[in-house]
Amino acid sequence: MSDSVSIVIVSHSPAVARGAADMVREMVGEEIGIAFCGGNPDGGLGTDVGAIASAIDSVWSPRGVAVLVDLGGAETNSEMAIELLDSEKSRRVAICNAPIVEGAVMAGTEAACGSSLEEVKKTAEEFQS
Amino acid sequence: MTQKLVSRLIEAIANSIIANAEVLTTLDQAIGDGDHGANMRRGAKALKTQCDEISSLEFAAALKKAGTAIVMTVGGASGPLYGSALLGMAKAASGVPKNAKEASVVVRAGIDAVKARGKSDAGAKTMLDVLVPVQSEIESGSSIARIRTVAEESLEATKPMLAKKGRAAFLGERSIGHADPGAKSAALIVHAICDVLEAQ
Repeated sequence: MSDSVSIVIVSHSPAVARGAADMVREMVGEEIGIAFCGGNPDGGLGTDVGAIASAIDSVWSPRGVAVLVDLGGAETNSEMAIELLDSEKSRRVAICNAPIVEGAVMAGTEAACGSSLEEVKKTAEEFQS
Repeated sequence: MTQKLVSRLIEAIANSIIANAEVLTTLDQAIGDGDHGANMRRGAKALKTQCDEISSLEFAAALKKAGTAIVMTVGGASGPLYGSALLGMAKAASGVPKNAKEASVVVRAGIDAVKARGKSDAGAKTMLDVLVPVQSEIESGSSIARIRTVAEESLEATKPMLAKKGRAAFLGERSIGHADPGAKSAALIVHAICDVLEAQ
């Protein structure tokens, strides 16, 4: 698992995050690390910097971690969470500018092929339905 | 002295945000996702809970601790934005600013952090449309009364603006005609700080 880039999915909704993660898991099985988080610190819709940082840590891979986000605050909070990691780690985490579900599936598939973080990010971002 | 000032600022800002949470929610329901009031109230409550601990620190460390509390509790985009403002100010501050010039340097550092975090600037219908003009007033040594007026006028000035950032940007021209909720929370914070400084 640590041979591949891992995927973290961050949505305002825990159900969306879990659903997107399920779809990636169905595509790639147990080949890569997949974590997800959603909901604000009170459990409502929103995102939680601490939970995002924990999700990244839980699937940490020396190859890197690709993060898929949904709207506004999910991106801002993910950027903040990445900065809170130690600098060695934070350099190997990338937020993909891609739709959360499609991007996660594309990123997961690319990661399962053993591709680099840059390639995983590019594949997710180039996806056009 | 630092301790008293910091705890007064926390109380004043947090109480104002909590008292106006519904107003922020209403504004955000018009052009955003309606969570700004609840998110800001969560941050305000966290600041009140940690008030004693934060205000026991040196000024810069207090700003950093407060910024971290906001980042970890707010949950919306406003958390990293206001949190980054405080963390940016913490880096620029040594002690409590002794005059307007020193204060303006610290505030500018906070605003620069918001611009970097939000990849934005004044003119996009955000909190920066209040914070940037307020900083200019502080820099030019304006009175507290003048700063209050500018905060209020700058908030009003967000109404005709077209939103370019955040969820409101999805609305395009439909965002025109509503004050920006982030500009409103920024104006509330500016007024709360003015209240504390006037009572000094």
